[in-house]
Amino acid sequence: MKFLVLALLVLLLPLVAHEGYLLNVLVFVGIHSILALALNLLLGYAGQISLGHAGFFGLGAYISGILTATYSLNPWLAMVIAAAAVTLLAFAVGFPILKLKGHYLAMATLGLGIIIYIVFNEAVDQTGGPSGLSGIPNLSIGAYSFDSDMRNYYLIWTFALVAIGLSLNLVHSRIGRALRAIHDSEVAARVIGVNARLLKVQIFALSAALSAVAGSLYAHTMTFVAPASFGFNFSVELVTMVIIGGLASIYGSLLGAALLTVLPELLRAFQDYDIIIYGLLLILMTMFLPGGLAKGLPQAASYLKTKFGKGSSADA
Amino acid sequence: MELSDQIAQYLVSGLSTGAIYALIGIGFAIIYNSTEIINFAQGELVMLGGMFALFFINFLHLPLPVAVLLAVVSTTAAGVLFERLTIRPLKSATPLSLIIITIGGSILIRGIAMLVWGKDTHALPAFSGSEPILIGTATILPQHLWIFALTVLAIVMNKFFFNYTITGKAMRACAVNKRAAGLVGIDVRKMVLFSFAISASLGSLAGIIVAPLTMTSYDVGIMLGLKGFCAAIIGGLSAGVGTVLGGLLLGILESLGAGLISSGYKDAIAFIILLLILFIRPQGLFGKAETERV
Repeated sequence: MKFLVLALLVLLLPLVAHEGYLLNVLVFVGIHSILALALNLLLGYAGQISLGHAGFFGLGAYISGILTATYSLNPWLAMVIAAAAVTLLAFAVGFPILKLKGHYLAMATLGLGIIIYIVFNEAVDQTGGPSGLSGIPNLSIGAYSFDSDMRNYYLIWTFALVAIGLSLNLVHSRIGRALRAIHDSEVAARVIGVNARLLKVQIFALSAALSAVAGSLYAHTMTFVAPASFGFNFSVELVTMVIIGGLASIYGSLLGAALLTVLPELLRAFQDYDIIIYGLLLILMTMFLPGGLAKGLPQAASYLKTKFGKGSSADA
Repeated sequence: MELSDQIAQYLVSGLSTGAIYALIGIGFAIIYNSTEIINFAQGELVMLGGMFALFFINFLHLPLPVAVLLAVVSTTAAGVLFERLTIRPLKSATPLSLIIITIGGSILIRGIAMLVWGKDTHALPAFSGSEPILIGTATILPQHLWIFALTVLAIVMNKFFFNYTITGKAMRACAVNKRAAGLVGIDVRKMVLFSFAISASLGSLAGIIVAPLTMTSYDVGIMLGLKGFCAAIIGGLSAGVGTVLGGLLLGILESLGAGLISSGYKDAIAFIILLLILFIRPQGLFGKAETERV
């Protein structure tokens, strides 16, 4: 039901927001939603933190970008190769990394993200270094090229809706229940027969692959990639989206992604003060809204309802 | 220059950056031991130290020792304020939200520093000239000596404080078991505040003594903080010898790697070492393995 409402909203939103700038912001909301969703599967459901997801996002973008711009491969094929390569990498590093817990896991994923980021900057021959890689072609089906904001909007949101549908299915399946069991107690999950180690690595790889797809979409939409978009700060921003939206809430990730994409645009009016406001919001929201928007909004709504209800009964 | 001379030179610079990492890492460890929080804002306190010192010297024209002292005091005050406003009000926060809050704090501090001091990079004057001193075949700057001397002093004072004063012992008791410490009459909240104060002062000292060598700006805190964190992890999050050795090891390997392999990948080397250590010995090179309590 919620899904249908969302799909309808996605379909109709451009009727109101058909202006280039707004559509562009909505395109970013879509990409960030896929990323937040991917991270939420790992962080919210399996309870494993990653401070390096911007790295996987960047790998997707760069592999897609290099294969199409330098080696003129078909963009769709490049997207598949990028996703496959990132999945393989995540599998390879997943086994040793996910043995770690808590701060150690945070630090290891952070380190991985920074190493990837440094490679983007230093492998100048392939990536173009700090000044970036340009000339990446748009995605296209036959002669229909996704080259306008409106077309990109529908392209990206189609992917986002598919990702949401798949995630909803996944978390309500046997795997989803096993993941939540790991989150609550890994030892208990093992005792009842969940292969915790393998499952954690699988969900890590899935999360990385989804981020890589978002990266490919980003590269083909923007037609330009530079390392600055994939640094440590962006990894933090992704974790923030998930937490502010609400851990283990698919629609929460959407809310978090929307808020954190729109907020900087609104704060742009404050110029240099925006970073201060951003930091303050991060602190205040974590302090006063620990369940994220997904839990906080219904709570606020029911609070207002009881208050409003009381007011009207007093009137009567 | 011969290879051995080069290596000697890399060792000198590696040891001095390693000493800086060690100071920052000890700050991480002290807070972790008393609160189980990894304070991601630690790097920003390092930056604040350097920027405050710069402000006191260049704008208020205070003599160097006074400026350094004032910078340490101001940063310590900032660290204490941070604890009072963000960490203490949270009673039952999850480790995850604490990570996010300290990250939010670091963004906030960085933003304020950018507004107050601008985005330019500044150099602090060297403490006693920049005439290189020749030792064997390697040259060493007076500032390197200052770094070694002040780091050793800070570590010795730290050791003395934690082993021979009643407050230091109380803080160690809190690290072992907070509830038991509370039961024997230790004010745990005060000890947490102290841990933030001590680690802010160590961090700011690191930021001040390294500023003449590497320049400082509002955004130097991120990398320095992360490297300090690496040192602490290699040292098994101990507030003592382990982290010092971890910092020195990291500094030397990074400097050798930058000199002999590739300077562009210098920062990557530190994190590759970190990943290898986490994969092979997750409890740190010098830490004891922990068994998970269910």
